[in-house]
Amino acid sequence: MRIWLIICGIVFGLNVQAVEIRQFDDPAKQQAYENLVKELRCLVCQNQSLADSDADLARDLRTEVYNIIQSGKSEQDAVKFLVDRYGDFVLYKPPLKISTSLLWLGPFGLLLTGLVYLGLLARKRSAGRKNEPALTEEERLRLHELKKRLEG
Amino acid sequence: MRFLIPLILFIVMVGFLAVGLKLDPREVPSPFIGKPTPAFNLPQLADPNKNFGNADLRGQVSLLNVWASWCVSCRQEHPLLLKLAKQNILPIYGLDYKDEREAGMDWLNRLGNPYTVSVFDADGKVGIDWGVYGVPETFVIDKQGVVRHKHTGPITEESWQKTLLPLILQLQKEGSPT
Repeated sequence: MRIWLIICGIVFGLNVQAVEIRQFDDPAKQQAYENLVKELRCLVCQNQSLADSDADLARDLRTEVYNIIQSGKSEQDAVKFLVDRYGDFVLYKPPLKISTSLLWLGPFGLLLTGLVYLGLLARKRSAGRKNEPALTEEERLRLHELKKRLEG
Repeated sequence: MRFLIPLILFIVMVGFLAVGLKLDPREVPSPFIGKPTPAFNLPQLADPNKNFGNADLRGQVSLLNVWASWCVSCRQEHPLLLKLAKQNILPIYGLDYKDEREAGMDWLNRLGNPYTVSVFDADGKVGIDWGVYGVPETFVIDKQGVVRHKHTGPITEESWQKTLLPLILQLQKEGSPT
């Protein structure tokens, strides 16, 4: 009996998560809040969003975001609040700036380079085929002979 | 020449990786560099009836060191701060971040107090306004009250000699506020 209690405790215990209860007076605000905390990065454990992180700072920042949204301000205001203090780093989706242009345009540049390379390669191949010397009379006769023999 | 292509690609990749190795992901560039200090006005740690704010930071080059009694790296940094305080190069102000007043006072009494003044940020709101994400953090503030540098993590002898001290000396030479 006791062993089963322990097993149940382990199995169901895994589902326990640190979730604060946040009361919103408007479901739209709740949606905005939930979107935001998923999109914003926790500074302490950098590969987690504010929503995922259990760090003390993440909790404080969630509270700040909650207060901003609950007071009726927009999502942009909440994002601005954090970017003003922590820089673009808090955004998982960084804005397009000169310093981030490589990040945004780099993959397309690589794709373009690849396509150009592929095009050049294809061109070279087809050009190479055209330049193949024509068969001499003797060769043609031999080819004819071989074909005949193969087709039986 | 063709066989050089993979070699060149390899060298380029190694170059990127080498740069990546040297970058510290914990060093998040502070958006405050070159901007006036965020406004704050907090009770002092030693005396809750007295306040200290960003206006008090004007007039001379200073350090603002964010610390807490619960912070392990702060303890590591502490002896160096004490040493710097003795050298009297510039005032070091402390921001006791998300701490308890008694624990903070106890820490200073036991280990020594390098701070000209420490302010007490119980709920960490001022810390957030300063973009604090990992204590200890140290800001260099110039005579005009503009943040000029941020050091994340404990100050080491090396970072002091190489970065902080030269910057401080240079800022002290700059003209006084008009």
